[in-house]
Amino acid sequence: MSAPNPAAAVPGAVPAEPATMPGHRVTLGVERPMRLDSGAELGPFEVAYQTYGALNADRSNAILICHALTGDHYVLDQHPVTGKPGWWEMLVGPGKPVDTDRYFVICSNVIGGCMGSTGPKETDPATGKPYGLGFPVITIGDMVRAQKLLVEHLGIDQLFCVIGGSMGGMQVLQWAVAYPESVFAAVPIATAARHSAQNIAFHEVGRQAIMADPDWAGGNYLLEGTRPHRGLAVARMAAHITYLSEPALHRKFGRNLQNRQTVTYGFDADFQVESYLRHQGITFVERFDANSYLYITRAMDYFDLAADYGGGILSNAFRKDGKGTPVRFCLASFSSDWLFPTSESRAIVHALNAVAANVSFVEIRTDKGHDSFLLDEPEFHQVIRGFLEGCAEHRGLTRASRP
Amino acid sequence: MSPLDDKQTAARTASGNGIRTDLKLIAEMVEPGSRVLDVGCGDGALLAFLSRQKGVDGRGIELSMDGVHQCVAQGLSVIQGDAEADLKDYPPGAFDYVILSQTLQAMREPRTVLETMTRIGRRAIVSVPNFGYWRIRVQLLLTGRMPVTEKLGYQWWETPNIHFCTIKDFVVLAEEMGIRIERCMIVDRAGRITGHAHSGLANLLGEQGVFLLRRD
Repeated sequence: MSAPNPAAAVPGAVPAEPATMPGHRVTLGVERPMRLDSGAELGPFEVAYQTYGALNADRSNAILICHALTGDHYVLDQHPVTGKPGWWEMLVGPGKPVDTDRYFVICSNVIGGCMGSTGPKETDPATGKPYGLGFPVITIGDMVRAQKLLVEHLGIDQLFCVIGGSMGGMQVLQWAVAYPESVFAAVPIATAARHSAQNIAFHEVGRQAIMADPDWAGGNYLLEGTRPHRGLAVARMAAHITYLSEPALHRKFGRNLQNRQTVTYGFDADFQVESYLRHQGITFVERFDANSYLYITRAMDYFDLAADYGGGILSNAFRKDGKGTPVRFCLASFSSDWLFPTSESRAIVHALNAVAANVSFVEIRTDKGHDSFLLDEPEFHQVIRGFLEGCAEHRGLTRASRP
Repeated sequence: MSPLDDKQTAARTASGNGIRTDLKLIAEMVEPGSRVLDVGCGDGALLAFLSRQKGVDGRGIELSMDGVHQCVAQGLSVIQGDAEADLKDYPPGAFDYVILSQTLQAMREPRTVLETMTRIGRRAIVSVPNFGYWRIRVQLLLTGRMPVTEKLGYQWWETPNIHFCTIKDFVVLAEEMGIRIERCMIVDRAGRITGHAHSGLANLLGEQGVFLLRRD
């Protein structure tokens, strides 16, 4: 798929500089640096993004997609590093539930990321060297703040919908709470209003694996000419297990042996599941930066909507001027997701009920675990399609006539 | 088990003109443009009807996943949940009407559900099957077995309905709870009969009762 021309989609918007990767890149925070939750300031900074479809005349059909922990803005075009198809190709595209014939779809790489947006591997203009651990700690709120600047830059006052799964779902919630007037509808999928202790624990395992790798070099590996491949691969292996479910792993691998008839009584990858995880780890290090992994997992760990906005009571986060949020919500969870179990989504639903918000909620029955939101789950896709169509009707979005 | 499982859900859409008789009667009681919560909304037939015909701002709660999928996929705002667990979070007066059709008898604590409904809704609309209906009385009297009717098509061991009542029972409970019955329609097989909930004849001839409730 060829990269769409942003100037065609958004009159007057010009990319700040030629991008080295497919897609667009814009410099934000030029006049005024962006104030981060940590108190630090960031700016100017880059945001890499992709758009699909066309913005309508009154700029009311924009859907922002928020990517998950290790995702990026290549939603439906080929990934420039791995050559794989876009990560949400099943859900987004012409005629798909998030229909690019009808909606203008935007997805940006989060700040702190490593696919074109400013993050620890980019050059710090102050020193001329990679930021490394000198990069300020960022939060989900900071990621969303940067997205807000991008959306404003594109000339959009109100997004028709913000949609995302897992960490993307956290961003969706953050959007709805921080900028309720700028979001017509919100679809947080397989997510939570706060990162649980168990999830923080898993992230800590991953971070410790990276930092224990001598090649991490105190975070200065880019200057030292090393890469903490092993640590990052182990972090990915541990995380990957949490994205699946026991039944899914069992169905795929069971206790089957890899290229052999009997066990070797050693520590080679005897079992298929071991070699699968090793493969996941190895391919991940090709496309992801270890320091970015530290920063982004930290951002998820810090996420707690109730604490940040509700004084400990989640429903307060969804109150504005004494009234319930005007945003229309659709939440979806997956029955076998043990990383972000249904109970986490239900807690959000209850908080939204408490302010009598407009909310739909569906638990999709599947045994594929957390990653289900990226997979072929027809019921899930049908729910998203129906919800968006219902919202489009309420928003007065007429169906674009197909050429 | 779902209080409104397949057999009952099917019954909602089975009637000729799109929606079931009691749903049509319920719809008559709803003011246009109001805020409505349909508890146990099934496949969304009533919600869809109300939003199309009366321009209501409708929400629903449904236990069965199939029901919720059907609702959300047609653009209705419905959450998957259970009235007894998920209603309590709503603030008082969050809705103009909270509707519970043919489901009260399947609740573990019908009293609590009624209390919650009349708290979170300015009004509640409840339809209940009448266990005092003459056909049911006759079946029990003549066969000595638990009645199975077209509308209540379950054997005793498989029924989700655990708290049957008669129209008289319902009226007594409402009085005890300080809930005023503002309107009532007692319906027989053919259609409406009477508006007098207290009549013994209604309790005998009515197959179901539809009540508009308000807390005094």
